[in-house]
Amino acid sequence: MARSKRGTTEINSSSMADIAFLLLIFFLVTTTIANDKGLTLALPPHPDDVEQQDIKIPERNIFKILINSSDRLMVENQEMQDVSRLREMIKEFVLNNGVDPNLSDSPEKAIVSIKTNRGTSYERFIEVYNEVQGAYYDIYAERAGVTNEKWREIASNTSDPDNKRIYEKAREGIPMQISIAEPNKVSN
Amino acid sequence: MAKFKKKAKAKQDIPTSALPDIIFMLLFFFMVTTVLRENTINVLQNIPKATELRKLQRKSLVSYLYVGKPRNTAKFGDEPKIQANDVFIEVRDIGQWIEKERSKLDEVERDQLTVALKSDKDVKMGLISDIQMELRKANARKLMYSTPQRIDK
Repeated sequence: MARSKRGTTEINSSSMADIAFLLLIFFLVTTTIANDKGLTLALPPHPDDVEQQDIKIPERNIFKILINSSDRLMVENQEMQDVSRLREMIKEFVLNNGVDPNLSDSPEKAIVSIKTNRGTSYERFIEVYNEVQGAYYDIYAERAGVTNEKWREIASNTSDPDNKRIYEKAREGIPMQISIAEPNKVSN
Repeated sequence: MAKFKKKAKAKQDIPTSALPDIIFMLLFFFMVTTVLRENTINVLQNIPKATELRKLQRKSLVSYLYVGKPRNTAKFGDEPKIQANDVFIEVRDIGQWIEKERSKLDEVERDQLTVALKSDKDVKMGLISDIQMELRKANARKLMYSTPQRIDK
C-alpha cells in the first residue's frame, strides 16, 4: 500500500455550514412541537360505582344547554344560535346570589348542564364547552385580579405555593360545576 | 479642502466564519427539542380550535387517543374510528388500553394518568360519549380535549 503523500493537514471546512444546514432542515421538517394544551375535564365516576341517588335540584340552579343533532342550541328553554352571548349569560347565572328568581341561589349551587345528542358534532360541543369554561375562568380571573390568560396559567401550575394560594382563594365558594349529560339514544 | 478627507472605503463583505457555529447552535436546539413522532396517525385530524386552553404539566402522564375518519377509506371505511398508539381499537378495548398505559407509569403516578382526546371536528358526540363512558368505567377520569389555540376574537 502506498502511503499517500503528506500534504496540508487542514480539512476544508467551507462545506460545514452546508452539512449543518441539511441536518437543520431535516430536524425542522420532522419536528412536531407537541401541543399539550386543551380543554380540561374531570369525568364523574362510572354510574355503577356510585350509589344512585335521586337528588332534587331546583330548576333555578341549573343552567340548561341543549344541543340537538343538527347542532342547534337551546339555552334555558330558548333557542339560540350564537354562542357569543353564552358567556355573559353564564356569568350572570352563576353570580346571581339569589337576586333574580330565575337564576341561581348561590354560586355554590349553580350547575351548568350541557346535554348533547348522539348526532351533535364534536366541533359544536367544543365551541359551547369552551364558552362555559371561559365564563368560569373569567369569574375566577376577576376575583384573583388577573387576566383570564394569566389565571389559566396559574391554574395549570398549582404546585407552586403562591399559585396555589391564589387559586384556592379565587375558587372558594364558586366551584366549577359543569355537568355533561349523556346524550339521548334516539336521534331526532 | 483637505480637512474633509474622503472616508476610506469600508469593507463590504460580512465575515461568514461564524456561520457554521450559528447553524450548529440552531441545529442543536432543534435536535434537543424534537420529539420524533412515534406513530403515524391514520385518522383525519381536523381538530376544532378553542380559546380557554390549559396546559398540562407532566407530559409523561398523558396518553393520546385519536378519533376521526380513517385516512384510508378504501381499506377501513369512512366511519370514525379510534386510534391508540398505532392501531385502531374498538370502544370496548379502551379499558384494556388504559390498563396498558397505566402499567407504563410509576406505581405512585398511576392514578394521575390523563387521556388527551384528539378528535376530528366531524366526529359525532355519540362516539365521544361512548369513549367517555369507557374511560369512566376504567376509572381514568382525567380527560383533556386536546385542541389548538384559536387566535381570533
